[in-house]
Order: sequence, then structure tokens, then C-alpha cells
Amino acid sequence: MSAYLSVNNIEVIYDHVILVLKGVSLEVPQGKIVALLGANGAGKTTTLKAISNLLRAERGEVTKGDIQFRDARIDQLTPNDLVKGGVIQVMEGRHCFAHLTIEENLLTGAYTRAISRAELKRSLDKVYEFFPRLKQRRASQAGYTSGGEQQMCAIGRALMAGPEMILLDEPSMGLAPQIVEEIFEIVRDLNQREKVSFLLAEQNTMVALRYADFGYILENGRVVMEGDAADLRNNEDVKEFYLGLSSQGRKSFREVKHYRRRKRWLA
Amino acid sequence: MQFFFEVLIGGLLSGVMYSLVALGFVLIFKASGVFNFAQGAMVYFAALSVVGCMEKGAPLWLALILAFGIMTLLGIATEKFVLRKMVNQPPIALFMATIGLSFFIDGFAPLLWGNEVRPLDIGLVDEPIPWILDSYNIVVSKFDLVAAGLALALVALLALFFQYTRVGRALRAVADDHQAALSIGIPLQHIWALVWAVAGFVALVAGMLWGSRNGVQFALTFTALKALPVLILGGFTSVPGAIVGGLIIGASEKLAEIYIPPVLAGWFGGNFGGIEGWFPYVMALLFLLVRPEGLFGEKHIDRV
Repeated sequence: MSAYLSVNNIEVIYDHVILVLKGVSLEVPQGKIVALLGANGAGKTTTLKAISNLLRAERGEVTKGDIQFRDARIDQLTPNDLVKGGVIQVMEGRHCFAHLTIEENLLTGAYTRAISRAELKRSLDKVYEFFPRLKQRRASQAGYTSGGEQQMCAIGRALMAGPEMILLDEPSMGLAPQIVEEIFEIVRDLNQREKVSFLLAEQNTMVALRYADFGYILENGRVVMEGDAADLRNNEDVKEFYLGLSSQGRKSFREVKHYRRRKRWLA
Repeated sequence: MQFFFEVLIGGLLSGVMYSLVALGFVLIFKASGVFNFAQGAMVYFAALSVVGCMEKGAPLWLALILAFGIMTLLGIATEKFVLRKMVNQPPIALFMATIGLSFFIDGFAPLLWGNEVRPLDIGLVDEPIPWILDSYNIVVSKFDLVAAGLALALVALLALFFQYTRVGRALRAVADDHQAALSIGIPLQHIWALVWAVAGFVALVAGMLWGSRNGVQFALTFTALKALPVLILGGFTSVPGAIVGGLIIGASEKLAEIYIPPVLAGWFGGNFGGIEGWFPYVMALLFLLVRPEGLFGEKHIDRV
């Protein structure tokens, strides 16, 4: 089976000088959840923005490689075309429209779809079914809702566009562990019931690997490791660097001689 | 008492004329978060275009349509050559761009149509309405009343458009967060071209009314300055705010002009005419201290 979404050896440069991605390749199979992991500044967000083409508005540019979705190149499309084509990004930090109500936020999500009023209503009801909390808050301005509700609103808004694939950037940011769990459950639910594929950028490695099928680890703009989520979870290096565990059980951060092992990652 | 009402009504009606100019600002501010310094210049350009077309022999209705076409082109060109390059730039950069645009239009409009002061006749006369004069002995200008009616209709239309249509919602979304709007596939380019064209239309209506009252001249660009206190009172993001702000400013400046000077003269002696000219700005200043977002503006939402 040929890949559904594939990123082939892309290089991204910001402002014509800052090299952020140095040849990243990854694939997302249809109907799967793929996690893109890594520390701050590793290039997760840039990778997602390269795919969704939001990069150009930030003076970033894909200078090498290509990105394909359903065997067609998508790296020259506008975000508008891409959303119509079924790929949509949920940006880091939620970015709800603060002065619009939750319901209006959701409705703007359907902007690119030429659908009847009845169909719009159906989409809305479906989103409310996945996020019952949004239904309760439908008339409040999004700026006054909680962080978890805003994250749900952002995901719900993306769903209104009728996507096949959602690029989800850091959904756990600034949220209580319980809420993070709740949101990831919904992601899994959407994946299974609505057949939406996800590419998920996360710092919270533990949670992401529990819900994802497959994972990539980025460091300094390169993919340093990839594999089935279960394998990654049990990998010694991943355990030590990202989960804070080692073969001797938990150990003090003082004793971690990370430079020795890290060397071979960065080579 | 009759005199009081006459002043009040005259003030309210002239206030609506201010609202009309303020409305253009509100539209662009709502859709892009930018204070469009060029709105005054657009009013001037629109009025000049109407007069110019009429001088070439077009009847009024055709001149209006042509002028609207010109304003639409201006809007599209602004989006294409100015705004498109500036997505995600800080608002101050966009503001500077509109200052540049305003100078450009100020120069370009006379280049196209000539710069002498010209009358604009839209078939409305500035005379008292007879039956009001007869039964209440109050002078209400027919011109002012029609102008106010027009402005109110425009405001109602725009308010409905922003609140209940798909495009109106998208406009508000863009104003809140450019990037998020882009991410859900709202094409910023179309939206901006559209809103500048609509602002051009509002400028056209304002220019037509102001132009036929004061003559079409360069001074029209300064009507924009009168819109500023209106905006501060009403709130930069509210269409109904523009109208209420205009009413308050119009009424209060006329009443102040009539009733404050005698009081001041009683206290200090001397002559205190011309309060009208600066009173709105003092009101705006006081308002900024008490309620910076204006009466109907959007509060800045901060999460704590």
C-alpha cells in the first residue's frame, strides 16, 4: 500500500537563513494515529506547518524534498485548498476566536464547505456528540472558556471542515493530566469511529505513545528514531531520555550521563 | 425649550454623518484589527470620483455605480499590493502601511480628477421640513433627515451581515486571529479584498453626503478626524457603537456649543465660541480614562 500522507526528506528554512528541518521524512498510513515526538525546538511544529502550508505566512519555506497526500503533491497549495482537500491543522495553543461564541467558532470551521443548512446542523450535532461539554458552553465567548474547553473547541472546529486527516499540534499544552486523558480519548474515538487519521505533535511522550500506533522522534530537525508505538515505549533510550526511567528503575536526574548516549543520536 | 430640541435634533442628525465615516473604520478594524488611517482619503476619493464621472456626462446613478466600481478596484489593489505582503506582521506595521496608502490616495485622486473645489448635487436640499416647522416650530433639515435614514439603514444592514452570515462570521474570525483563520481554510485574501470594497462603499455613501453638503474638496479627508472620538466612544469593533457614538458626539458638541460659552463667559468674562471644534476630543479623552474599549467595543479577553 502506498503511503497516505508522506513527507519526503524536507528541508525548511526560515527567513532565508535559519535551517530548521534538515531532511525529515515520515509517513502516515490511512486511519492511523502517528505521533511526532521530541523536545522543545526539535522541529515538530515546523513539520506540521510545512504540511499544512501555514509556513509561508511565517516566512518559512520548504526548500528541499516534497510532501504528498493521496499521491498528489501538496506543498504548493494554499491552506484553503488543502483544507478543501481534507487536511487541516489544529494549531498549538488552541487559537480559538476569542470573541466568537463556541458555536460560532465551530461554524467558522465549515467555511470551506459548500453545504446546506441542514447538513451544517448535522455536522454541528456530531461535534457536540463527541464534545458534550462544548454543547453546554455553546453560547459563551470562547475567550472565557477553560483551556480544556478551548482545546476541544479547536479540535471541533477542525472537524467541522470534514477532514480526513488532522494535524494536531501539542493538544496537551497547559492542561491538567485528567483533561489531557479526556482529549486523547476523544482523539482515539474520532480515529476509530470517524476514520480520521492523525499526525500528532507532542512533548508528552508517555501519553502520546499510549494512544498512537506509530511514532517518530525528532531532534534538532532530524528524525532520530521511528517505530511502532509499543516498541518505542519499551526502548531503553526513549525510556531514559523522554520518560525518565531506566533499567534500574527511576533514577535521579543528577546521575544521568546523557551526553555519552546522546552523542550517537546527534551524529 | 423648542430651541433646545432644535439644537438636539440638529446635533443628532449631524452625528449620524460622523457615524457614517466611523463605520468605514469599524469595518476594516473588525476584519483585520487595523486602524485604517486612509479612510478619510477614501471618502475624499469616492466623492471626487462621483463628481468626476458626472462632469464627464454620467447621470448621478451611473456615477455612483462607477464610483463604487473604482472603490472596489482600490480595495482589491490594496489587498494585493499592500496587505498580502503583511500577513502576520504586527498591527503597527499595518497601520503604517495605511498611512502610506492615505498619502497615496490624497495625491492620486486629484491627479485623476483635478483638485478644484466642486459642488455635488444629489437632488437633496438643505431646507426645513414644512410640517414639523408648522406644528412644532422646530427646524429639521430635510437633507439631514434623509442622510440619517440612509446611514441607519446601512448600519442595520452591516450589523446583520456581521452577526448572521457565513462571510460576516469569517470576517470576525479573521479579526480575532489571522493565523487560526488561515489554518481552518478561510482565504484571507478574498476576505480582505471584500472588506476593503465594503469600506469603499461606506466611504462612497459618506463622501456623497458630506460632499453635497460642504462641496467636494480636499478638506473631506479631515472628516476622518471627526470620526475618531466617535470610534473611541462607540468602540472600534462595534457597528452599532459607531452609530451610538456618532449620536452622542453630534448632540453633545452642538449642545455644548450653545450652552457652555455663556456659563464660562459668566465666570471668566470674554468669548468662548468654537467649543464645537474641540469638545468631542475632550469627551473622547475622558472616555478613554473610564472605558477604553468604548461603549460597545470588545473587551480584551485575558485568561488569568
